[in-house]
Amino acid sequence: MAVERILKDEASEEKGERARMASFIGAMAIADLVKTTLGPKGMDKILQSTGRGREVTVTNDGATILKSLHIDNPAAKVLVDISKVQDDEVGDGTTSVVVLAGELLREAEKLVAAKIHPMTIIAGYRMAAECARNALLQKVVDNKEDPEKFKSDLMKIAMTTLSSKILSQDKEHFAKLAVDAVMRLKGSTNLESIQIIKKPGGSLMDSFLDEGFILDKKIGIGQPKRIENAKILVANTAMDTDKVKIYGARVRVDSMSKVAEIEGAEKEKMREKVQKIIAHGINCFVNRQLIYNFPEELFADAGILAIEHADFDGIERLALVTGGEIASTFDNPESVKLGHCKLIEEIMIGEDKLIHFSGVELGQACTIVLRGASHHVLDEAERSLHDALCVLSQTVNDSRVLLGGGWPEMVMSKDVDELARKTPGKKSHAIEAFSRALVAIPTIISDNAGLDSAELVAQLRAEHQKEGCTAGIDVISGSVGDMAQRGIFEAFKVKQAVLLSATEAAEMILRVDEIITCAPRRREDRM
Amino acid sequence: MALAFDEFGRPFIIIKEQEQKTRLRGLEAQKANISAGKAIARILKTSLGPKGMDKMLQSPDGDVTITNDGATILEQMDVDNQIAKLMVELSRSQDYEIGDGTTGVVVMAGALLEQAELLLERGIHPIRIAEGYEMASRIAFEHMEKIAQKFDYGVSNFEPLVQTCMTTLSSKIVNRCKRNLAEIAVKAVLAVADLERKDVNLDLIKVEGKVGGKLEDTELIYGILVDKDMSHPQMPKQIEDAKIAILTCPFEPPKPKTKHKVDIDTVEKFQTLRQQEHKYFDDMVQQCKDVGATLVICQWGFDDEANHLLMHRNLPAVRWVGGVELELIAIATGGRIVPRFQELTPEKLGKAGLVREKAFGTTKDRMLYIEHCANSRAVTIFIRGGNKMMIEETKRSIHDALCVARNLIRNNRIVYGGGSAEIACSIAVEAAADRYPGVEQYAIRAFADALDAVPMALAENSGLQPIETLSAVKSQQIKENNPYCGIDCNDVGTNDMREQNVFETLIGKQQQLLLATQVVKMILKIDDVISPSEY
Repeated sequence: MAVERILKDEASEEKGERARMASFIGAMAIADLVKTTLGPKGMDKILQSTGRGREVTVTNDGATILKSLHIDNPAAKVLVDISKVQDDEVGDGTTSVVVLAGELLREAEKLVAAKIHPMTIIAGYRMAAECARNALLQKVVDNKEDPEKFKSDLMKIAMTTLSSKILSQDKEHFAKLAVDAVMRLKGSTNLESIQIIKKPGGSLMDSFLDEGFILDKKIGIGQPKRIENAKILVANTAMDTDKVKIYGARVRVDSMSKVAEIEGAEKEKMREKVQKIIAHGINCFVNRQLIYNFPEELFADAGILAIEHADFDGIERLALVTGGEIASTFDNPESVKLGHCKLIEEIMIGEDKLIHFSGVELGQACTIVLRGASHHVLDEAERSLHDALCVLSQTVNDSRVLLGGGWPEMVMSKDVDELARKTPGKKSHAIEAFSRALVAIPTIISDNAGLDSAELVAQLRAEHQKEGCTAGIDVISGSVGDMAQRGIFEAFKVKQAVLLSATEAAEMILRVDEIITCAPRRREDRM
Repeated sequence: MALAFDEFGRPFIIIKEQEQKTRLRGLEAQKANISAGKAIARILKTSLGPKGMDKMLQSPDGDVTITNDGATILEQMDVDNQIAKLMVELSRSQDYEIGDGTTGVVVMAGALLEQAELLLERGIHPIRIAEGYEMASRIAFEHMEKIAQKFDYGVSNFEPLVQTCMTTLSSKIVNRCKRNLAEIAVKAVLAVADLERKDVNLDLIKVEGKVGGKLEDTELIYGILVDKDMSHPQMPKQIEDAKIAILTCPFEPPKPKTKHKVDIDTVEKFQTLRQQEHKYFDDMVQQCKDVGATLVICQWGFDDEANHLLMHRNLPAVRWVGGVELELIAIATGGRIVPRFQELTPEKLGKAGLVREKAFGTTKDRMLYIEHCANSRAVTIFIRGGNKMMIEETKRSIHDALCVARNLIRNNRIVYGGGSAEIACSIAVEAAADRYPGVEQYAIRAFADALDAVPMALAENSGLQPIETLSAVKSQQIKENNPYCGIDCNDVGTNDMREQNVFETLIGKQQQLLLATQVVKMILKIDDVISPSEY
């Protein structure tokens, strides 16, 4: 007797080998997709959105690529997810993590075909991952004690990160920007206080770091264009009509004269409010909400610079930079903390006028102004810079660094290989496979650079048999080179996160032996 | 078919629209039901035990869940068959009652159904089978009581509890750091347990997850974790010896529930209204300040003005805190939830030693830790992990571990795992079978065979020869008269589960037996399935 359908219509169920194959293939397809973006000679991808306007994004950032994909394969979704987490956690290495997970699964597929149980593979992978991590821990360099060296480390990390991005031409310039910006944060990982303003026009080289704060707003008409020793009040209050907030209040009058009276009262109220604000002894007033003409005129009369409608982030950052607090009531001027800065002036970048606050009290925040030929370039530049900033800010907290250019992978693979030889039982196959997956990363880097990967990786492996080797792949000259000399460094935290998340994801996918897909939810047909 | 005749001998139809319904009757119906039940059990069979595999489930919206937990798999499977739904219910009730063993119960029921099918083919009446199963389950139940062991634990000596939780966790993806998680789960349960009443309110344990970091970073917080930040970016990020006002009224002008209008027709009225409004905000903040609060936690939003006033008066505040969290905070800090500003009194404030905000990763995620509370009876388990699915799965695993620990506190008797209890029961039932005269004897023997299904599945999943291993263990149990021999899933080298430290709770196992038998009895009693045919 036939088993009746157990699942709903359209729901499907895949079992055993088929399920495993579906997830392997899905995951590898994703890994292959982003594979070509890896390394300094990696290529970019164009993404076109399906939404209105068909917006185009050109990017090299793994997380951005994967985020924009519509994926149906559940295993592939796991990989997309780890790349997103990598982005949130450390900011960089989003491509590497997916590629490594893909390679691990590719190796696992071969092992499964050789009749090794997935659980055995997982056990082997776990041992290998632990061993690889210890190998890295032994080789890390920590220069936290020596500020000079530490700064140069940061500089090198930033350059290594940026070298695979669109900014690689001017990587020195941008690395310096990023390091300066992060050093100002003094250990906090709050990247909000670094503002990035994008202005099309000029070339990437024209980008600069500004020590102060730049607000993308214009100064009101008839108000001073330049203020020295500014006292700033940052506010979030209604400066249009101050509504009565008590519920249900409304104006009901029976004659025109009454209307006029109430209008007068309203005006009076606003004037009082403005007076109170002026009584703070300020000469610059920045509000998050609109400022209507009437109060603006009052401010102009008092010689106060009033800036309206600054966005919320701008306000918070400004408050942070100038050391003031965001005010919404103005009754006790003595207890409100005002912000201070040496100079406020209007500056021109390209064709736009911006307001520049310089000589601010707290040196934490700064602004990076990006210039470039088009919006696409700028967007990509922002993403790249964001990656660099993330990595740097994480490195400031965890100052351990490693060499780059495939060096860490080779170190790990060597130790893992040794472990494989020592381990009895079927697990050793899995451990060996792990080491092969690690070697795949330098292979892909050199493949992407159009080099003879087999030759280079073999040379590299031979080099690594020596004690204290610092060799890696030098993509620029196309040979095996000394990474310490070339100044190619990576943050330990990024590498560790790549290793652990990739293993975790591979393990997760390996453990699956059945995929049950529910019927897709029916969308109501919209006419 | 369903025809009846009236007094004139004319047939009339009993079931409405009879032609449009499909109908299965008698043996056919039972077999169809049994095969549906078996199909469900077959899906879960491979998830059993420490070497069990996971299932990947894609929801109607495309979200992916990867899990090993029987109840979760069945819940998300979108089952259409009625009998299959019964199995889902079965797993769910095990989950509600015990929290663990949700896979085992379904596998057990599947095995019972399989045996019943064979008996049906021999022409034994389903009711007799059901009765035989009932008797057998009673024998097994009692035998389990006999082989169960009491074990002692105390607040200081919680090692046995940890061991039991580890058995539960070892079948999940988190088995990499099962020791850690088991300890966390046990400590959490002990922190909220009422040892005198032998009861644990699991609602007091909050399980919170955040993507990022690694599994080893998972921690137990003796306090509450709220996924919120301070309402004003410049409020202090750390408060020591906080006195917390827990409010369920918004810092906004009052909105009376009756409809009303305030008409403004003169300038004076406008002025007074303005002052009133101003005073209102001022009063609210002042009232909080007056009772000595140093932190305000509010269920609702704040008006901009109120927010600034709070900031101004140096009174940090958190807004939009959910109702459940609010309750937990109230329990933990010993405060009272206050619905009106007028009712604020110093006694109603909650107390916490330390409140701090912590940022994660490169995004703006911040969370609020409330620690060193006056009453540490509410705790939070904070899970970190590589990706969202991992966190979700860890949450489920922790939930299982918590339930196990709770069951042990309620009833500190255990049986040994690894299929040993099932094998022991199977032997006992088999031996008892001969004493029963009548057809039931066959059903009782079948029950004994079905009990072997769980250790068999365990052996199969661990890559051992199922029949060979099982018969070896069984003979060992009889020979040595040792009911603690089980399947050696982890390849440790011994079959004695006492040495492997694999425990399960007695009530969990007993519940499995009872629930599985009940459902099977119910399925066996169905002899007619009427369902609307396809349209």
